[in-house]
Amino acid sequence: MSTASNQIVFENVSKFYGDVLGVNRVNLSLPPGVTSLIGPNGSGKTTLMNLMTGLVRPTQGRVSVLGLTPDQPEEFFRHVGYCAQFDSFPKGVTGYEFVCSLLRLRGLPAKEADRLTWEAIERVGMTEPAKRRVAGYSKGMRQRIRLAQSLAHHPTVLVLDEPLNGLDPMARAESIALFEALGRQGMHVIVSSHVLHEVDKISDQVVLMSYGYVVAEGEIHGVRGEVKEHPMQILVRCSQPSLLASRLFSQDHVVEAKLNADGAGLLVRTRDADSFYVLLNQIVVEGALTLDAVAPADDDVNSLYQYLIGTGGGTV
Amino acid sequence: MTPKFLSDAPWRLWAAQIPAILRIELKKTLLKKRNIWIYILALAPAVVIGLHGLIDTVESGSMVEDTNVLAGIFQFLYLRALIFFGCMILFTWLYRGEIVEKSLHYYFLTPLRREVLIVGKFLSGVITTSFIFGLSVLLSFALTYARFGKAGSAFVFAGPGLGHLAAYLGVTALACLGYGSVFLAFSLMIKNPIIPGAAVLIWETFHPVLPSFLQRFSVMFYLKQLCPVSVPPDTLALFTVIAEPVAPWVAVLGLLCLCAGILVFACFRIRRAEISYLAD
Repeated sequence: MSTASNQIVFENVSKFYGDVLGVNRVNLSLPPGVTSLIGPNGSGKTTLMNLMTGLVRPTQGRVSVLGLTPDQPEEFFRHVGYCAQFDSFPKGVTGYEFVCSLLRLRGLPAKEADRLTWEAIERVGMTEPAKRRVAGYSKGMRQRIRLAQSLAHHPTVLVLDEPLNGLDPMARAESIALFEALGRQGMHVIVSSHVLHEVDKISDQVVLMSYGYVVAEGEIHGVRGEVKEHPMQILVRCSQPSLLASRLFSQDHVVEAKLNADGAGLLVRTRDADSFYVLLNQIVVEGALTLDAVAPADDDVNSLYQYLIGTGGGTV
Repeated sequence: MTPKFLSDAPWRLWAAQIPAILRIELKKTLLKKRNIWIYILALAPAVVIGLHGLIDTVESGSMVEDTNVLAGIFQFLYLRALIFFGCMILFTWLYRGEIVEKSLHYYFLTPLRREVLIVGKFLSGVITTSFIFGLSVLLSFALTYARFGKAGSAFVFAGPGLGHLAAYLGVTALACLGYGSVFLAFSLMIKNPIIPGAAVLIWETFHPVLPSFLQRFSVMFYLKQLCPVSVPPDTLALFTVIAEPVAPWVAVLGLLCLCAGILVFACFRIRRAEISYLAD
């Protein structure tokens, strides 16, 4: 499979709703795995997802998913599933009917559609209420049955717009585990969410959006490393934090070193994480201190969001 | 030789998808509370004819007279009012209803060509309206002749009655096809069907006063010529431009071509459609 036919590609894509900007000049290539779209309301996440699935058309540019476009729906939607943000259903349907009738539209025989329906319903934990009308479901149940519908046909690209909305903590954890598992199977899972610390754990890539523009994209740690105007924060747990702090202050790249209240750790802010790690290794090799743990403190989606969007943000 | 785009088309998939669309849509159109008005509209003439049969004695009316009355009811009440408005209610809702209920995107996210969706929805509308109004016409016809007893029975089974009934049912189905295609296409263009509906009503009512070429773009032009019993000219007769009558097969073909043309237009419209429920 060529690279283009294995990726979701946006080529100079813009979308305007009349005079209102949806997204502008988006160039992206999303590889398989879990990709999180992150940005405040109105930043263009849903527009990007709708463009991906053909619900809206680009004003300019071209979108292709695995080398296909929505103009070939018979082929395109065999590979793509989309759980959109609309919390609406055809009137009077049960959860089972909702999933099954849309599978039948794919030309599947009744038996096969029935099998896939139950498989998807079980996957999202909706077996018991499946034969009840959707109108009587809670928000979380409606979310889950829509999720079942979007993955019932075993898509290779699953697009999920705020899939964790309305879910209770247990269902949230289960859904996250499901997305993670699907990503590991080589699927494209595109998730938009406001619950940053949860998508952080499962994202292979992030796309940060603001006012219709892609502010940053790529693997989280790589993106974080590129944000030069915000020094990296690294938490070190060690036996001699004050000794470490004194050594660090002689380095130009170290902006701050703050002792923990318990006296067993240090929070370091540095403009050059690589140099810091080299120095830390040297100190440990010298035997001057015993190292318990080292971990980046702001190498996550939440910090990126704050640095690039939440505070007006810089650009990468 | 078959053109490549036709031989490459996934006909088997489409053939499986149309019944799937019909299963979903017929449940909505035949059994939905919202469509109770269509049933009430359709039953009204049958109720009136039934009451007329109960009140009037056989001696007070003749079968020829009642045949003409039925022809008048069919042309002026069924075709120009009931089927027209019934189709307006049902066919505009086929597409517009999906937008109001925010469920159109489910169709757009399946491997279903949008043109196939239009055909499926159109067929479901035609089946529903033909069934409801066909049943009503059948009931009206039966009630008209039932009160004449043996003479009525002889007219129906040994005379021209069954031919009339077949023609009425055929014209009913064609009316549903014709008006259905017009209103389905309108629903893809305009949010509120009342204004275009009124425009079509005026066009259909006053088409006899138009030049004969323009009359051919009216559904009623073809339907009138297929009715088994002609009715006396109405109040517009003075201003009527007599168009050259066409043979029944030309009328049917003309109507089907008109309907196909409108559906092709609807297919072009839905190809470019985007999901923007808030804007709608």
